[in-house]
Amino acid sequence: MPDLLVIVLKLLAVAAGFAVLPLLIGQAEHKVMAHMQGRLGPMYAGAFHGWAQLVADGVKFAQKEDVVPAAADRRIFKLAPGVALVPYLLVLLVVPVGPHGQVALDLGPGLFFALAVMGVGVIGAIMAGWSSANKYALLGGMRVAAQLMSYELPMVFAASSAAMAAGTLSLSGIVEEWHWWWLPWQAVGAAVFFVAGLAELRRPPFDMPVADSEIIFGPYTEYGGLRFAFFLLAEYAGILVLCALTTVLFLGGWRGPFLDTELGWLWTLVKVFALAFVVIWVRVSYPRMREDQLQRLAWAWLVPLSLAQLALTGAVRVLAA
Amino acid sequence: MGAVGRLPGGGLAKGLAVTLRTMTRRSVTRQYPEVPPDLAPRSRGVIALLEENCTVCMLCARECPDWCIYIDSHKETLPAEGGGRARTRNVLDRFAIDFALCMYCGICIEVCPFDALFWTPEFEYAEYDVNELTHEKERLREWMWTVPPPQAPDASGEPPKEIAAAEKAAARAARRPGGGSA
Repeated sequence: MPDLLVIVLKLLAVAAGFAVLPLLIGQAEHKVMAHMQGRLGPMYAGAFHGWAQLVADGVKFAQKEDVVPAAADRRIFKLAPGVALVPYLLVLLVVPVGPHGQVALDLGPGLFFALAVMGVGVIGAIMAGWSSANKYALLGGMRVAAQLMSYELPMVFAASSAAMAAGTLSLSGIVEEWHWWWLPWQAVGAAVFFVAGLAELRRPPFDMPVADSEIIFGPYTEYGGLRFAFFLLAEYAGILVLCALTTVLFLGGWRGPFLDTELGWLWTLVKVFALAFVVIWVRVSYPRMREDQLQRLAWAWLVPLSLAQLALTGAVRVLAA
Repeated sequence: MGAVGRLPGGGLAKGLAVTLRTMTRRSVTRQYPEVPPDLAPRSRGVIALLEENCTVCMLCARECPDWCIYIDSHKETLPAEGGGRARTRNVLDRFAIDFALCMYCGICIEVCPFDALFWTPEFEYAEYDVNELTHEKERLREWMWTVPPPQAPDASGEPPKEIAAAEKAAARAARRPGGGSA
């Protein structure tokens, strides 16, 4: 019976994290981006520095009419936001936040599961682009597909480098094996993983598929109301998942300079939010990359770099053994 | 900074540095309705009329480039005290400025010989109806309460001509023996 209780509590914790942390990241994006541009950002909602802005946005989205274009593929169109959002919730299940089983589901091949499910999230955007019966949505969907094809490869290579270094596919296992000298050793892999993840989430500067000023938010052109809000939530949940995975694979998860066992979850959160800050920072600092530049970056830089990292990891493992 | 820009990837680092530095600075946003703006001294917000000083000389209305000042008046005859010719006096019936036309040049204020018109920094008098932008003399008189005191002269500036002339004359008189009388 206590086992069942523990499982329920863990699932509740994951659901709460999934509901709250993306909103925190979204609010941070509002405020950080504003201050990086010399503005204040939201100041009214919630009376204190606009803390309730995203709640207000949610209320607004919920009030809007649920529109499906006449020519749209109705079932796919309605399903797409769910397909975009739910995978990130599933990934959070296997991400360890602390030592000694502070994870909802300690999966043996956790890394494999996380990467596979994360890829499904992108399918949601492709479905949306295809089913909207809109040329901009279709263009965006195709670009999403092209981006997924090119960036999934270096991302998987970089992740497998971490798995190879640890000798396990279990996410908790990878953190257990982590040592500080992984930082220089796996630095290239970490950078490639993070950049490829950003591209897969279609975050600026890799947001060509949704380029709002060119193809009007791409796959999401025809969406409004709650379905659109789900896509936005999926983007922030995606940031959370990407930062959590980068933390676990390359930055040592719950490992910190002190109090690893007591404050492990806090170390994880601190690292996740530091990475989320970098995500926002990069978004504010760089202009959008052109479609051909995106492909070039993936194939001419990230893939060779991740392969080199893989070779380095393998060589060090063999020589050390 | 220049050396960083020339390294490979230095441009990327520079971009990140710019945004990070901007974040640590105070933002330039003004919280206008909550926090009143700090206006420059002598801001031209609206024109106030001190009706008591107006002699209906019509100079302001004539000089106005937009013809946005409307003045109506009539003459009153006052019997002179203790005999003599009766005196006539101008009485102001209407003085209105149409701020929909006004271009805030301030010529009327410059030209007024009797200090009846003043700038005030108040600017929040937008209306839903353009006709209500014509402020009649009662409203123009109300603006008088918002006229700021004149600015003190700049301590490091040149003294006014009158004072300089008076000081020069005093110095000359002091130099001349015998108190200065010829």
